[in-house]
Order: sequence, then C-alpha cells, then structure tokens
Amino acid sequence: MTQINIPPDDDERRHFSVPAFSQNLGVIAVLVLLIATSFTMFYKINPEEVGVIQRFGKYVRTTKPGLHLKLPFGIETCIKVKKERVFAEEFGFRTKKAGIKTIYYSGTEQSVMNSFRYDSYSRKLGFSQNPFLAESLMLTGDLNCAEVEWAVFYKVKDPVQFCFNVRDVDAAIRDASESAMRQVVGDATIDEIITSGKTELQEKARKILQGILDSYDVGVDIVDLVLQDVNPPAEVKESFNEVNKAMQEKERITNQARAEYNRIIPKMKGEAERMVSEAEGYALNRVNRAKGDADRFVETWNAYKEAKNVTKRRLYLETMLDLLPQTEKKVIIDSDVQGMLPFYNLTTGEKKGGAA
Amino acid sequence: MKIIGPVFIIVFLIAAILVLNAAFVVSETQQVVLTQFGEPIGDPIKAPGLHFKIPFFQNANYFEKRILRWDGDANMIPTKDKKYIWVDSTARWRIVNPLVFLQKVYNYEGAQQRLDAILDGATRNVLADKNLIEIVRSSNRIVAVIESGEYDATTSTEAVEKIPENSGREEIRKEILERARPKVENFGIELVDFRIKRINYESDVRRDVFERMRSERKRVADKYRSEGDAERARIEGLRQKEQNRIKSEAYRKAEGIRGNADAEAIKIYADAYQKDEDFYAFLQTLSTYKKTLTKNTTLILSDKDEYLNYLKNIEGRT
Repeated sequence: MTQINIPPDDDERRHFSVPAFSQNLGVIAVLVLLIATSFTMFYKINPEEVGVIQRFGKYVRTTKPGLHLKLPFGIETCIKVKKERVFAEEFGFRTKKAGIKTIYYSGTEQSVMNSFRYDSYSRKLGFSQNPFLAESLMLTGDLNCAEVEWAVFYKVKDPVQFCFNVRDVDAAIRDASESAMRQVVGDATIDEIITSGKTELQEKARKILQGILDSYDVGVDIVDLVLQDVNPPAEVKESFNEVNKAMQEKERITNQARAEYNRIIPKMKGEAERMVSEAEGYALNRVNRAKGDADRFVETWNAYKEAKNVTKRRLYLETMLDLLPQTEKKVIIDSDVQGMLPFYNLTTGEKKGGAA
Repeated sequence: MKIIGPVFIIVFLIAAILVLNAAFVVSETQQVVLTQFGEPIGDPIKAPGLHFKIPFFQNANYFEKRILRWDGDANMIPTKDKKYIWVDSTARWRIVNPLVFLQKVYNYEGAQQRLDAILDGATRNVLADKNLIEIVRSSNRIVAVIESGEYDATTSTEAVEKIPENSGREEIRKEILERARPKVENFGIELVDFRIKRINYESDVRRDVFERMRSERKRVADKYRSEGDAERARIEGLRQKEQNRIKSEAYRKAEGIRGNADAEAIKIYADAYQKDEDFYAFLQTLSTYKKTLTKNTTLILSDKDEYLNYLKNIEGRT
C-alpha cells in the first residue's frame, strides 16, 4: 500500500496522456465537423436576392432574404438569384462609366474590339472601325438604312425558370432583342424611326421580345426597352441635316411673308380710314359751303325783293366801281363812229391779255 | 479486438467507394444516359435527383437539358431580286433524345456542325426565293404609313411595293424553322426557335443605297423649299388681294360720301337759286366780272352799254 504514495512518474503520465490526446482528437474532430456542417448548413440571402435550393440536383424550394438552413455537405445546394435587380443590355453602344455625365466606349477601344472579335458579321461587313454598327445598322421598311441604338432592361420574373431552362440567358436576350428590333424597324419608314414613331416602335419591340423570351420560358420580365439614339447612317447624315435646314428655311420664308402681311395690311387699313375721313371732310365742307352760299343768296334775295330795280342797279354800279378802276386800259367806242376798231393795235392788247 | 478495427475500416472504405461511384446526382439542367462498356442501358434519365448505377461497370453520360444557343456565321445570300445581303441568324435548340444524340452526334461540337449545315442551307434556300422586301418587312403596314403622307416617306416604287399575303419576315422564319426541324430531329435535337438576327446590304450595294438615300433627302429638301416658296407666294397673293380690297372699298366709300355731299350741295343751291333765277344770274355774272376782269384786262366799252348810258346824254338813252 505504500506504493500508492510513490508517484508513477513516467508510466502514470503516459497512461494518463494517451486517453487525453484521443479525447482531444475527438473534440477537434467534432469541432471541425460542426464548423463544416454549419458552413454548409447556414446560408444568407441578401435583400435583393432569392435562394433556389436543390436537393441532389432536384429543385425543392425557393427561399426569401434572411438567414436560412439547408442540408449540409452539398446534399442541398443554393443558387442565389438577384430577383429585384434590373439588368441592362446595350445595343449599338456600351456604357463605360455611368454617372452624371455618362461616358461611353468608342468603337475603336480595345475592349470593344475584343468583344466583337468573334462576331463574324461585324468582320465580314467591314465594321472594324466601328464594330457597334454590327448591332445598330439595320434596314428600314423602305429599304433605307438607319443606325438604331437601344437598351433593354430586364428583371428575373421566375427564378426557377431563370436557373434551369436556358443556358446563357444573356445571349438569349441579346439575340432576341436584335431580332425583335429589326423586325419592328423593318416595318417602319426611316422618317418614322427618326422622328415621331419612336414610342410606338419601342413598345412594339418590347412586346415581341417578351413574346420570344416567354416562348423559351426564360423566366425574365422585360421591364423596359428604350431607344437611345436613332440616326441616319453617318454617310448620309449631311443630307438629312439638309432636309432639316430646308424645313427651317420653309418656316422662315413663310414667317417672313406673314410678317410682311401683318406689316402692310394694318397700315393699309389706316390709309383707307384716312381716305374715308378725307371724303367726309370734303362732304362737310361742301355741304356747309353750299348752305352758306344758299343762305347768303336767300338773304340777299329777300332784301332785293323789296326794291328790285334800285337794288339791281346799285349792285351793278357798285360792281363797276370796284371793277373799272382796276383795269388799266379802257376803250370806249362810240356807236356812231364806224370803223374805229381797225385802228386799234390788237396785237399789243392780245399780248397783254395773254400775259394776264 | 485488434483485427476488427482495421478490417472494419477497410470494409467501410470499400463500401463508401462503391456507394459513391454508384450514386450520381442529376441536376435540373441535366439529363443522363447510362452506358455499360459503351453500350447504352435503359431509358435516358431526365428526372433530377439522386440516382444509382452499377459502380465501375456503368458510366453516366451527362447532357444539357436546357435550351442551347446556336449562332450562325454571317452569310452572303443573293435574294430573288438579285440583291446581295449579309444574313446573320441565331437559333435555340435542345437535346430531347440524349440517346440518339449520343449515338449520332456525340458532343456539342458535332451538334453545332450539323446545325450549321442544316440551318445555313435552309436559310439560303428559303431566302434565295424571296425578294428583299419580304425579308425585311413583316407586313404591309408601311405602305399605309407612306400613303397617309404623315411622313416625308420615300415614294420610290420599291418602298410602296406590297408584299404578298402570308409573307414577310415572320413567315420566312417559320418556313426555315419548318424546313430544318425534321432534319435536326434525326439527331435527337429539337429546334426551339430560329431567327434572322441581322440583315444588311453587301458593302457595294450599301454605297448605292446611301447614294439613293442622299438623292431622296435632296428631293425632300427641295420639296420643303418649294413649299416655302409656294406659301410665300400664297401669302403675298392674299396680301395683295386684301390690300386692293381695302383700298377699293375705301375709295368706293369716299367717293360715295363725296357724291352724296355734292348731290346735297346741288340740291341746296338749286333750292335757293330757284327762288329767282334772274337774280342769281345777275349776281353771279357780277361776281364773275370781279374775278375775270383784272388789272391787265383791256376793256372795250360801247357807249350803248348800260354803264355809259349817261356819258353822252344825261337823259339817258331812250
């Protein structure tokens, strides 16, 4: 029993430490297992996302944003789909940096060149200077060309369809968009496309695009299709500007003529009024004078009536009194003397008379 | 005790390997054909989930179940009206019979090759029999638009030409699709969709088209200019008419007023002078003397005149 007090140094320690180590190993294994389990069991879905859960590859459920549990070790897998996010696809242009003043890629930048490297259409049609033309240059219904740039905005409508039905959804949307846009533009005139028909055009294209994508069950909702720049091809732009100029010129000429009209006609009306007023003045003058003359005559006549002969004679003599002193030459012919007239120098008389 | 441990571990490991090799997962996007030494076994597995096969002897061949993309090379195709156009088309297809697909096509590359041949051929054959306008348009809507005159649309004969009933891009698309569909079915492929993506003129033709567009624009511009001139002429004509109207109406009115005044004056004079015509004549004659006989007048008077009545005889003449 005394042995008990002797500490069994090495042996004891060895015996004691082996179970301790194996116990520790077990704890570590359990810990590792727990951590691994929790890492593959818990998953977080962000607010704009939903989680599509597959068990052994088979779709089982869709989960909303938040922290969730699933079966661990790849028995259940989760695909996160950004359901609330609106995605954009651009055609005929690319945004380099969006902002207050958005910067766009030019056609000659390396990254653009690269993205069109496998576009046989762009290469074969010789659009190397501006590969965007492959997307934007299209035929109109009146067999002209137009450069149409547009953007498509879409959202995931059905995450399950979106995940499982179509490989390369982006390409499907791009191909369908180009096809839909050309279908619509192919049914419109270039003037419609460039001027006022845009709204109608984009709504039509959106409907066609949605129809195509629905037929694939892509699970995508086309939120908007927006025509950006619609232009005649660069080669004929000048001529289109010429039309605008002519349109403005027409406006200018017409306005000028109208201005001329508006300048002259009121003036003319004023002149007409003056003519009438003048005539009225004349009329007043004429009538008043006539009345005056008549009144004078009547008054004179009334007085004359009282003593006709005397008055007549008096008036006659008064007139002569006024008249005769004025005339410088007076010739009195005696009616008893004949042939006096031939002696009179008529020429001087005539001359003088003519001068008067 | 000492032997059981390792044996258990080995058996467990072997079992695990067998189970892991036997089990396989088929995703929603996949389908599987089982083969045993290369020979297909059973129906293709299309249901997603956990499946088992005989380990090591059988092999799971995975195929896509989703809709896949075919993107054609741009082709130059002459149309019926001898116009050379570049056509770029796209299609959507899927493997509906993976077993046939595995046997006849083997892989995606093979599928692309066959689709290239079939779809390019069908496109070429169908388009070569169509006029360009039928390929571009879907309906005759544009003819109505041009005829409405709302836009300065071109009036070239081509632009107002109508496409036949049951024609146009949508019909052509369907025609190509119908043509190609049975051919690709032989490869276990379903053609989901076919679309003409892009069409454009060959570059020489494009230059001609640009030239035509320029001349059309010039015509439209000329139209505007002459419309402007016409409008100006119209307004000027209106102005002159209005001017003449105002002027003549004013003249008429003024002359009327004058006439009335003259008439009134005549009446006034007549009314007054009629009272004694002789006296009027007498007064008026006297007043004309005053006005006509001036300083330079030579007055030849006869002694028989009333005025000289008393010149030779104070008694006056009898």
